[in-house]
Amino acid sequence: MKYLALASLLALSSMSPAAAHVVADAQAAPDGVTIVEGFARATLPGAPVAGAYVTIANGGTIDDRLIGVSSPSAGRMEIHDMIMTGDTMKMIPLSDGLLIPAGGSAVLEPSGKHLMLMELKGPLVEGDRVEVTLSFEHAAPITVDLPVDTINATAHGH
Amino acid sequence: MPRFAITIGAGFALCLCVAVVWFGVLAPRMEARNADAIGRGDYRLDSTSGPFTQATLTGKPSAVFFGFTHCPDVCPTTLGDISLWQEKLGDQAADLRIFFITVDPERDTLEMLDQYVTWLPGAIAVTGPEPQIRSAERAFRAISEKVPLENGDYTMGHTSKLLLFGADGALFDTISYQEATESAVAKLRRLLDAA
Repeated sequence: MKYLALASLLALSSMSPAAAHVVADAQAAPDGVTIVEGFARATLPGAPVAGAYVTIANGGTIDDRLIGVSSPSAGRMEIHDMIMTGDTMKMIPLSDGLLIPAGGSAVLEPSGKHLMLMELKGPLVEGDRVEVTLSFEHAAPITVDLPVDTINATAHGH
Repeated sequence: MPRFAITIGAGFALCLCVAVVWFGVLAPRMEARNADAIGRGDYRLDSTSGPFTQATLTGKPSAVFFGFTHCPDVCPTTLGDISLWQEKLGDQAADLRIFFITVDPERDTLEMLDQYVTWLPGAIAVTGPEPQIRSAERAFRAISEKVPLENGDYTMGHTSKLLLFGADGALFDTISYQEATESAVAKLRRLLDAA
């Protein structure tokens, strides 16, 4: 029983880094499009690009589409997918945007779909925050302040 | 009829012999020779510690990675992971050289690359003229692909595994992208123990 309590405590503590990625007042409008969580990765010295990752939920009854992203920290942003074919990484620009199905969500995470900040105006430093505005086909644009995590952060903290 | 049966039987026996010789002897030998040849070629690149050729791989153990600075995921992650593995390896990590070869020589100058990797102990930035980079990619069995983006911009797809070479310059092992930390550290420990 003691071990069980310890195990659940460990499970809880290992979950806490993910909680740090939760964007403030995410559950504000469950009937529409919301950003459930997200983060950006810190950049290496001189890196001109950075990746940001968000989970977008669609509580509404019609499909929506993420069609644009922008940030005051980047000259421009794009939505990309990354796939691994064997040991080769392939980049696929999602120029038609990304579907957020009605009643479902779109998960952008490391080693997969991501928001790419290009022409960075400065380095992204771990512990800072970066403002990102997401535009949708139907929903009003949403601006979030994403926490900047480590250079190799994953959705589960590290 | 019996003669026919004998011919068939002899045919089968011959096929079996060929298969045994091929799969048991020739194929493994060719594979070994192929692995020996990885990293070998007449490429001539520039690095922050002088020319980078096939001869550079000998002398000390090394890890070779192909990447570029406009890389949002695989390259920073791999460099971050290497830094974590170095912590786990302790003092032994100091014996490992890490060559970061750009697949994007058009944009990556040696200065940019150096700045990008220099924080990582043992990391050495490598670039060179485009044909030499492609020649090195062939030598290391790596590939890269230019992917056009909006505004005439582009990004690159590329081989994402880390190639480990012994002090003899021969391929020792490889570490795949996102391989478990324990497995990666065990491979590096074997590489450094062998040196």
